Amino acid sequence: MKPLRISSGAWVAVVGSVSAVIVALFLGGVVMRLSGADPVKAYEALINGAFVGRRSIAETLIYSAPLILGGLAFAISSRAGLFNIGIEGQLITGGFIAGLVGAWDLGLPGPVYMPLALLSGALGGAVWGFIPGYLKARTGAHEVITTIMLNYLAMRIITYLTLRQSGILPVDSTMLATKRVAPEAMLPRLMPPTRLHLGIVIAVVAAIVLWYVLFRTRFGFKVRAVGLSQGASAYGGIKWGATIAIAMAIAGALSGLAGAGESLGLHGRHWATTPGYGFTAIAVGLVGRNHPLAVILSGLLFGALNAGAPSMQSAGVSKEIVLLIQGFIILAVAALEVVNRLPAIRSKLARKSAAQKAGS
Amino acid sequence: MEDFFTLDLLTRILRMSTPLLFAALGGLLSERSGVINIALEGLILLGAFFAVAGTYWTGDPYIGLVIGVLCAMAGALVHAIWSITFRGDQIVVGTAVNLIAMGLTAFLVKSIWGQAGGSDRVTSLYKFWGMSILVPVAFALVPVVWFFLFRTKQGLRLQACGEHPQAAVSAGINITLYRYGAVLMSGLLAGLGGAYLSIGNLNYFTLDMSNGRGFIALAAVILGGWTPFGALTAALLFGAAEGIQIQGQSTPGFPISSDLLVALPYIVTLIAITMFVKSRTGPAGLGKHATTS
Repeated sequence: MKPLRISSGAWVAVVGSVSAVIVALFLGGVVMRLSGADPVKAYEALINGAFVGRRSIAETLIYSAPLILGGLAFAISSRAGLFNIGIEGQLITGGFIAGLVGAWDLGLPGPVYMPLALLSGALGGAVWGFIPGYLKARTGAHEVITTIMLNYLAMRIITYLTLRQSGILPVDSTMLATKRVAPEAMLPRLMPPTRLHLGIVIAVVAAIVLWYVLFRTRFGFKVRAVGLSQGASAYGGIKWGATIAIAMAIAGALSGLAGAGESLGLHGRHWATTPGYGFTAIAVGLVGRNHPLAVILSGLLFGALNAGAPSMQSAGVSKEIVLLIQGFIILAVAALEVVNRLPAIRSKLARKSAAQKAGS
Repeated sequence: MEDFFTLDLLTRILRMSTPLLFAALGGLLSERSGVINIALEGLILLGAFFAVAGTYWTGDPYIGLVIGVLCAMAGALVHAIWSITFRGDQIVVGTAVNLIAMGLTAFLVKSIWGQAGGSDRVTSLYKFWGMSILVPVAFALVPVVWFFLFRTKQGLRLQACGEHPQAAVSAGINITLYRYGAVLMSGLLAGLGGAYLSIGNLNYFTLDMSNGRGFIALAAVILGGWTPFGALTAALLFGAAEGIQIQGQSTPGFPISSDLLVALPYIVTLIAITMFVKSRTGPAGLGKHATTS
């Protein structure tokens, strides 16, 4: 296997992503100032809440796990040329199904039950991700619209199923959630007394596996080929439809795993709400330039942002500011892409003026 | 069941089609000029929020309406600068605008009213037969947009920008200007749709009250074959799904559970977009830039 080498292009990407984050944090500070709060104090509280002490670090890692998995889901769909805004729906589908399987209390021993619950969550997410991939391949229905509709659909169906005390499903309609997951199906805690669970390890392993699949296997090559050029890859004998459908199913499985980790590791049940991680995951993927290993780092960054956000409330800043900062980060990444292209523009201009001089 | 098919059902359908129609007409103009606009969702949200905030500050819903529309246009301007001037990926940029709209409105709701879920009640716009004055405005705009697109010089030029940006540039059309204009108009229209939701149909703002309508409107544009009357038909279809849902919920003894009924608009959109999309082709230059040399 070739050693990992970081090319100059990769450095440009790293500098771009880091400066995008800095610019976005600055803009977030401007908004805080305008609303009458002290941004320095707020960011201090954010850093305290995200990094200072065992508990804060554990919280950052807890938040990072679903964001890394979601970021990976966004990365593989983007590599295949699809914009997956459906991570949220795939995530809650996985979380709900893992919660159901875990709450059924099948009486299995932990080493069997826990993986079974996790995998059923991943499978649920995979189905929810496969649908838009398949529809795009078969009918050309744009994935942006179908995935958004599937997000709402997943939410409504889960709410419906949890509200109906049918007796078939292990749900608790008074809590709008599944029943408690059996202890055997729960992910082990890593660092008691904090809530840190196995989810972060699963996320990092998934990132490494996805990196290998994308860059070292034939299937990964196909995914990247259809993403770069549908026509050229078809000419090379790659089946576009099958490739994007499978890529979307894998994205769904990763998102489903994210949701399953929340149910089995953190909450001990699935709450019928939308955590909004699916949208943060888009920012995670973009900042990580859809590279699985870089997604780990950007996932940790956004995990820290989310873990520290509640602490900002003490400085008089509501935690919703984080959504705003995430939007700014995406805009900054998009704007800095332009800067990346600048050398080419400049050399073109230089050639033009040289030609004009030669002509006159 | 006789409680179900009433005049109420008809006005409900018209009322629920209205925000979709506004946003769809906006999305139509933007897409016809060649700019994909998935920011519609966020623009609706900005329009809805600032219409209420403006009404709350000034006490006059009509000034609120103007403020809401202007703020949605500001959001559209961001989308335009990033998509047209910076040549960013239009879907990525649209997603950013949506996130910013979600974050900003949630943040401001807390700062202004000190509560997380939504705003206080404000005065709403003029209503007749239980319908906002904005309902007939939306429907009247359909022939206006049609006339503009297909019967005026500017409208045909706008279409050229979307069909073949390179040819439009060669013909001396200022494609940047037309695209900025179209995206700003989409902000104006989506803003009207948003203001309709908050101070037209209701009299308050709740978090994420756009509820996917920006995306449903985009589906209406595609389903309507990128024409104003097509968008109207599709908006009525999706509005009907929502109207039936609300009417069904308020009809005692309606056979379908109300928890499931709320999914109807999304199911209808999903089915419509997959069944009919093959026969629809959009502007050829959608998302493409003219290569300047």
